[in-house]
Amino acid sequence: MSTTNGTTAAAALPTYTKKDFESGVDPRWCPGCGDFSIINQVQKLLPSIGVARENIVFISGIGCSSRFPYYMNNYGMHTLHGRAPSFASGLKLSRPELQLWVVTGDGDALAIGGNHFIHTMRRNLDIKMLMFNNRIYGLTKGQVSPTSELGKKTKTTPYGSADYPFNPPALALGAGATFVARSVDLEGAHMGVVLKSAAEHRGSTFVEIYQNCPVFNDGAYTFLTEKAVKAEAQLRMEEGKPLLFGKDNRKGIRFNSQSAELEVVTLGEKGAVEKDVLVHNPRRDDPTIAFMLANLSNRPGFPTPIGIFRAVKLPTCDDLNWKVINSAKAKHGDVSLRKFLSSADTWTVE
Amino acid sequence: MSIPEAAPTSKREVEQVETVTIRFVGDSGDGMQVIGSEFTKASALAGNDLSTFPDFPAEIRAPAGSLAGVSGYQVHLGGRTVYTPGDAPDVLVAMNPAALKTNIQDLRLGGMLIVNSGAFNEANLEKALYKKNPLEDDALKKNYRVVPVEMNTLTQHALEGSGLSSKEVARCKNYFALGMLYFLYGRPTEPQVQSIRAKFTKKPEFADANIKVFQAGHAFAETSELFVNTYRVPAAKLRPGLYRNVTGNQATALGLAAAAKLSGRQVFLGSYPITPATEILQESSYFKEMNVVTYQAEDEIAGIGSAIGASFGGAIGCTTTSGPGLALKSEMIGLAVILELPLVVVNVQRGGPSTGMPTKTEQADLLMALFGRHGEAPMPVLAAKSPGDCFYSAMEAVRIAIKWMTPVLLLTDGYLGFGSEPFRIPEEGELQPFAVKYQTTPNYEGGKFMPYLRDAKLIRPWAVPGTPGLEHRVGGLEKDSLSGMVSYDGMNHEKMVKTRAQKIANVVEDVPDLEVFGPAKGEVLLLSWGGTFGSVRASAEALHGKSVAHAHLRWLNPMPRNTGEVLRSYRKVLVPEVNNGQLALYVRAMFPGIDPLQHNRINGKALNISEIVAKVNELLG
Ligand SMILES: Cc1ncc(C[n+]2csc(CCOP(=O)(O)OP(=O)(O)O)c2C)c(N)n1
Ligand code: SF4
Ligand SMILES: [Mg+2]
Repeated sequence: MSTTNGTTAAAALPTYTKKDFESGVDPRWCPGCGDFSIINQVQKLLPSIGVARENIVFISGIGCSSRFPYYMNNYGMHTLHGRAPSFASGLKLSRPELQLWVVTGDGDALAIGGNHFIHTMRRNLDIKMLMFNNRIYGLTKGQVSPTSELGKKTKTTPYGSADYPFNPPALALGAGATFVARSVDLEGAHMGVVLKSAAEHRGSTFVEIYQNCPVFNDGAYTFLTEKAVKAEAQLRMEEGKPLLFGKDNRKGIRFNSQSAELEVVTLGEKGAVEKDVLVHNPRRDDPTIAFMLANLSNRPGFPTPIGIFRAVKLPTCDDLNWKVINSAKAKHGDVSLRKFLSSADTWTVE
Repeated sequence: MSIPEAAPTSKREVEQVETVTIRFVGDSGDGMQVIGSEFTKASALAGNDLSTFPDFPAEIRAPAGSLAGVSGYQVHLGGRTVYTPGDAPDVLVAMNPAALKTNIQDLRLGGMLIVNSGAFNEANLEKALYKKNPLEDDALKKNYRVVPVEMNTLTQHALEGSGLSSKEVARCKNYFALGMLYFLYGRPTEPQVQSIRAKFTKKPEFADANIKVFQAGHAFAETSELFVNTYRVPAAKLRPGLYRNVTGNQATALGLAAAAKLSGRQVFLGSYPITPATEILQESSYFKEMNVVTYQAEDEIAGIGSAIGASFGGAIGCTTTSGPGLALKSEMIGLAVILELPLVVVNVQRGGPSTGMPTKTEQADLLMALFGRHGEAPMPVLAAKSPGDCFYSAMEAVRIAIKWMTPVLLLTDGYLGFGSEPFRIPEEGELQPFAVKYQTTPNYEGGKFMPYLRDAKLIRPWAVPGTPGLEHRVGGLEKDSLSGMVSYDGMNHEKMVKTRAQKIANVVEDVPDLEVFGPAKGEVLLLSWGGTFGSVRASAEALHGKSVAHAHLRWLNPMPRNTGEVLRSYRKVLVPEVNNGQLALYVRAMFPGIDPLQHNRINGKALNISEIVAKVNELLG
């Protein structure tokens, strides 16, 4: 164990199983809630990431989603509505050797916590944020959220919501996140892959997970998850592969250099061939294409991208801070209190 | 009042004065803070006790010569203990009309006004909204000993042929004023010459110029016949040792860093800039080798959140702010109360409500500190009494927070934060280390860890991430009294509320008894808290021989065990405060039957000693 900065002794890790990450408290989510499948994927992932259980901390805000840490057998904090990133930021800066996960909801992260969200992303602190997006306030029983669609009827918008939603990956990209991804509760295998990449990334990591709330916003993602429409509706982004989708991967996303826009082409139609299709590269420093892809979501005539929008390496805020701290410590050595307090103009009274 | 005429130099006498208060005032660009602190340093070297207070303009760059642009620095020095920067200056050094206009009413009747008459031209008079030149006003000469000096011209003369531009020359005139004061108070000039050299090592031409002007000012005072006497303030009897000057904000930062050293734990300071607390974060950000990690968060809420997060990780989480920021932090402080994690919240009080008077002092956050949270959320509250005491108060706040696993609120104020005084640097080993123990093993049957299993004092264990086998969850929901897991059981909640309250009440074992200065029984007890200590103690000293005592509360929650007993030993209790009566209200609630009288000033300034003395005399009848 290390208590300040320093490396945790590289003792051989125990061989973990999924069970080692279950706290033994039964989740209190409603039957059929998408949160179950997410926790299942996280608990499946953790045994394999090479981090000691005691060095992983889950921090959440308030909401159905934010109950998450209670069900994980790690260190955990269930904090205040919207504020989880602030606790995680302090803990990460204080103890950079810990692995920090923030679990949050769409209201928690983007309404009351919007300010902390953007700043955590821009700083590139090594924090992994999982945002369960059910496009509704679950815990408070069904009010409009910052990701609810325009026109959405909820308890506080009985005539339909009159405001435009956030597009969370676009927001995260705009704020400077170095890892931005999206997955879906019902796509367990896909989520597992995305989460693994998130676990491996060092820096501000944002994963939006589309999560169904069967009680207050049921069917929010059937447009994406129903068997019949899935192929046409999902654009699975995979690094190094062309952005193809649709039945038999007949369709693709092309960058139109005339209009500077993304467009859908059907292979074999109007002369479109596979090499016209954009090859997915989440490692571009410039986030512009990632941003364009993020903005395809919910756009008529376009599929919804899932997978990793962006994954770039950038020195983290915690690393940069500790570089300065460690060099100050190396330069000054162990300073006695008296010497420290005397480093000013002094005089002696006899 | 008779004002002596100027005397020829030959007849000049050296007058011994026990204390003197000097205020330097000028335009923000005139370098008043510089000469104020230089004179302070010289006085410290001469062995005086002292206390200073700067008065910055609220605007950062007010137009030159305007009333809003006046900047001041007051120093009170003495051959005996000096408690405050002084009520009314004995000497006012005014560099321009605006400075004169905004400060002359504070000068003691019969006091000395050294004024740069060269700045009293039409343009400057107009900017200061003077219809005619006040220096020609007979009333001024009748009330004060006016010493007009053409500092502009004299400075120009001194720098003839220096090659400096007229703007650069004008900037040196503060040292002319300083030179005069060095002569008047018999300060040796050599250290000042050295100090100027050190200050301008990179620009030797400015060093030379300022030294010349400083010496010219000194020579001018010596040869001109404007000064009747010179003055000597004898050395005070200070505790021997190595001294430095500290402002309250510096001292708070030093105290937190010292706590890191004494506890062997990292201090994590997460804050957001706000006047008058900002300097604590700024200072602390240089203390990296002392195991202080600083973080300027995106707002006050994130500042305290980051501190609580760091505390969960085993650091000493701290956050520093002022009123508006404290209001933002209140939900978070409640969380720290229910989590029972160590946390130090420093609130440097300023005039409120809302943005109020950011650069002016006030004591009006006491009730917010004590009660300003939702739910039953008691926490220890203490207040610093002087700039130097901010050091000890910050250390004590950390010690209590760690020992009792609780947030602690430390109140200081703008007057302490900006004010300065000599600070004796503790000898090596003088400060007691305070051990911090983390829980590293299970504490319950079956090899289990119960994060809310308490010891006899009701303190819960601190187990930090990285400790295998003690993985646990904490949160803001009411928790089971052992496991810390969510509990909606009403009886458990009541038990937890009472347990948390009792734990804070138990902190009284660390609160020293209230000490009384003056008679143990009698007519009037002056009861103070926080930054008014100096004014009230000086008042009590001034009332020496009368049936008047003074008690000062450092701890507001819990209060010392003997507080009620002390209060009941006097016929009248007078609470002087820079608010509308908050401690008085609290005392009435805590000690039924005691109905303190109040003396309240809320004018952005420290309490006036003479006003307190007058009030007590009135009570004594
Ligand atoms: C300061 C504060 N304001 C409001 C609330 C009430 N509240 C709790 S959760 C929540 C919204 C949760 O929505 P979301 O973040 O989307 O999480 P979900 O329940 O949908 O997972 C609100 C408004 C609160 N707990 N604290
Ligand atoms: S209300 Fe919705 S989001 Fe919350 S637990 Fe129930 S199903 Fe899940
Ligand atoms: Mg939601």
